[in-house]
Amino acid sequence: MGAVRHLYVHLPFCAHRCGYCDFVTVVGRGDRHGAYVDALLAELELEREQLADPLETVFLGGGTPTFTDPDALARLLAALPNRGELTAEANPETVTPELAALLRAGGVNRISLGAQSFRPHLLSVLERSAGPDDVRRALRTLRDAGFDNVSLDLLYGIPRQSPADLEADLADALALAPEHLSCYELEAKPGTRFTHAHGAALARQAEAMEGYFEQVVDTLTTAGYRWYETANFCLPPERAGGRDLRARHNLGYWTGRDYLGLGIGAVSTVAGARRRNTPRLAAYLAALGAGAAPPRELEELDPATKALERLLLGLRLDEPLPLAPVEAVVDRAAAERLARGGLVELSATGGRERLRLTRRGRFLGGGVTAELVR
Amino acid sequence: MEQDRIRNFAIIAHIDHGKSTLADRILELTGALSAREMREQVLDSMELERERGITIKAQAVRVLWRGHELNLIDTPGHVDFTYEVARSLQACEGALLLVDAAQGIQAQTLANAYLALEGNLDIVPVVNKIDLPQADPDGAAAELAELLGEDRGRVLRISAKTGAGVADVLDAIVERIPSPAGDPGAAARALVFDSSYDQYRGVVAFVRVVDGRFEPREPLSAMAERTEFEAEELGFMSPARQPVTSLGAGEVGYVITGLKDVSRLRVGDTLTSQRRAALQPLPGYQDVKPMVFAGIFPTDSDEYPELRDALEKLKLSDASLSYEPETSQALGFGFRCGFLGLLHMEIVRERLEREFDLDLLITAPNVAYRATTRAGEVVEVHNPAEMPHELETVEEPYVKASVIVPKDYVGAIMELANERRGSFDHLEYLSEERVLLSYELPLGEIVLDFYDQLKSRTRGYASFDYDLAGFRPGDLARVDILVGGEQVDALSLVVHRDAAYDRGRQLVERLRQEIPRQMFDVPVQAAIGSRVIARETIKARRKDVLAKCYGGDITRKRKLLEKQKKGKKRMKQVGGVEVPQEAFLAVLNLDAERRR
Repeated sequence: MGAVRHLYVHLPFCAHRCGYCDFVTVVGRGDRHGAYVDALLAELELEREQLADPLETVFLGGGTPTFTDPDALARLLAALPNRGELTAEANPETVTPELAALLRAGGVNRISLGAQSFRPHLLSVLERSAGPDDVRRALRTLRDAGFDNVSLDLLYGIPRQSPADLEADLADALALAPEHLSCYELEAKPGTRFTHAHGAALARQAEAMEGYFEQVVDTLTTAGYRWYETANFCLPPERAGGRDLRARHNLGYWTGRDYLGLGIGAVSTVAGARRRNTPRLAAYLAALGAGAAPPRELEELDPATKALERLLLGLRLDEPLPLAPVEAVVDRAAAERLARGGLVELSATGGRERLRLTRRGRFLGGGVTAELVR
Repeated sequence: MEQDRIRNFAIIAHIDHGKSTLADRILELTGALSAREMREQVLDSMELERERGITIKAQAVRVLWRGHELNLIDTPGHVDFTYEVARSLQACEGALLLVDAAQGIQAQTLANAYLALEGNLDIVPVVNKIDLPQADPDGAAAELAELLGEDRGRVLRISAKTGAGVADVLDAIVERIPSPAGDPGAAARALVFDSSYDQYRGVVAFVRVVDGRFEPREPLSAMAERTEFEAEELGFMSPARQPVTSLGAGEVGYVITGLKDVSRLRVGDTLTSQRRAALQPLPGYQDVKPMVFAGIFPTDSDEYPELRDALEKLKLSDASLSYEPETSQALGFGFRCGFLGLLHMEIVRERLEREFDLDLLITAPNVAYRATTRAGEVVEVHNPAEMPHELETVEEPYVKASVIVPKDYVGAIMELANERRGSFDHLEYLSEERVLLSYELPLGEIVLDFYDQLKSRTRGYASFDYDLAGFRPGDLARVDILVGGEQVDALSLVVHRDAAYDRGRQLVERLRQEIPRQMFDVPVQAAIGSRVIARETIKARRKDVLAKCYGGDITRKRKLLEKQKKGKKRMKQVGGVEVPQEAFLAVLNLDAERRR
């Protein structure tokens, strides 16, 4: 039995590739869903000895996992190893009572629903096919099927989005009382269709939208959510029957745990080595069809690199980061300077020093981290 | 060649009056170069000179004409290089004074003519470009005759472009310019009037032999520097190097010294033979005093040694350049350089960048100030950041400026001169149409954009020259720029008190635009002493963090962080603020734009 406690499974299929998306996705190819799941299961077998039993978490990401052919999806769920948290990403328009039942039956206990916005004009800029009512209906369907841990994804900084639009989106999301919210600023990633069409507009309005992040954090924390990671919010235990609703799988990434990724484009980090599977469907299917591991890119992580990642990830969280493991990469003088400037808090309990960003520091996390690094 | 068959002469002219074209034609006509070999304007050998169409470096070329040896010593044609012209003239007995037939006498025509007269040179007046449709050879000849007190009929009329009349010019050189004096039997003495550096053969001195005779392989010494060396090779330029077995009294040529250290042989020094050393050196050159100063810093601080070497080499062929090490908090290690004027500064900058492949930051130029502290101590200040605060008086250099313009522009010139704190001296009609205006102006008002303003307000018709006229007290203030409460030494400036507010505002505003927003509010201020005269705030960023970061993103995020960190290393820290090099560059360019 291995030591890896977190498993990521990539389901790349989508009905349509949204303009802003730069994930590894495959549009259509309904005929390959079954073969792809076969390949995933083959890859799982190749890696199984690295996995702990039971796992802490499994995460089905995409793509649109819920767009996967239902038979293939059910087969995958049935074959997954034992675990605690099992999250599936879902797009609202795919959520039917049948799908919800399938996911429940397959053991999924957490859903991440890609709402993005509740404003029709913004959804159309994003090329999302679901409308605001689809999101509400999907959530009802999930609740009816018994899901009690649902996260909503929201995007802000969408071209032509006004502060009033954002306020309305946040209010609409809160009205659905999700256990968890992920709020991402829309990034114009190079090479995407979206950047081609809207990049200039985004750059123009960057300054006007600079306050949106604050608006998101203010609104959600005022509504009682815990801002536990830069882009993630959850209800606190006292409002969730004592449950810790932070995404356990993602906490694994942020606290520097090892994780295994299956599927095209999936990334694994195990014992100081990071590898990325080929993003090409055909190459992936061919390799696993022949019983071999898929083509991979490898990256060795030396101790300094690991410490740097530990720092950059750990500072995204609201809990203090123990200084000892990252001490080698932290510029102590910079830390003290930033502490004086009210961006960083240094604390020590029982001789163990800890570091965390203040509220203002968290808004400037990128710059503060760059400053902190030796 | 017998001494009485030697003629040493220079061509002096206002810029663009055809000096280099005439030199080319002389080389061609005397067979020194065939037409096919002829590059255009051979004497302007430096890339930069060719591009700007002006001559910066003087060179000497020997040609033969009807049994005579003529040495043409080229001279620079710009106001900043008066000093080099004077130096070249010291090696000559005569000069061709060239005037464009369409433009007549211009400011530098006058300045150069006076230099030649002061040096007791015989002047041959020449009207050039008679082939131009708008040429007025009679008018130009009349002006020249008037200036020199010559008979109009003795003014030659030529077209250097077509070659018409050039042979007459050569004849006139032989007939009107005296052969060199000097004692061929005396101990050998030669004046070093220029030098260059050959990366294989070391320092090459250009000399005018005054007395005696020099031979190759002879042990020589430079009398002022007490440098001893052996002449590896003697020769003359034709225009390529032609080695000879000796250089005698009256001749002009070069000496390859083999010296690798450029500081050991200075222009203006006297060479003599160690075997029979002369007792008295020749009158050398007055050390020229630079009046315009600027800090030069390498963009990449690792290039400091390269910059130092480059300046050392440049200094060899540009005796008027001075420099001393300077350390700036904002810009790092560099040099405070002294220049004769703005063009000189631009040329030095461009030569450093092109010939030595350096990336440079140059501070705004300033003039030399003479400050008297309350304690009564007098200091000469070359760097505004070093101007003492507690002052009794500050004096700044003034110039006597001559401007020649068509009479319609007299009003425009008066207006400009008034704006620049000029005081009117006199006005003189050179002809019915053209006027010479004379003003006294602070040099500090000229180093910014005076020349361009002059050109644009007179549609290019004005010509301009100036002479230093000593130091005078001025109501000057030192303005400091503070970023995050800390003074940015490289941006300090000394200005007239009336202009302090405007200049301070401009700099502060530009810095606010150029310095990226930081994690804290950053005040940018302009101050005179402790009094803030302008202030802007660079508002703190409100957000600087990437939203998403999951398992597949970590490598990319880490690389971004590493890149950001690397970027920070290239920033300059001022008052806890990271200022990108480009911000300084932009602010300094603002000044450059004003100058252009």
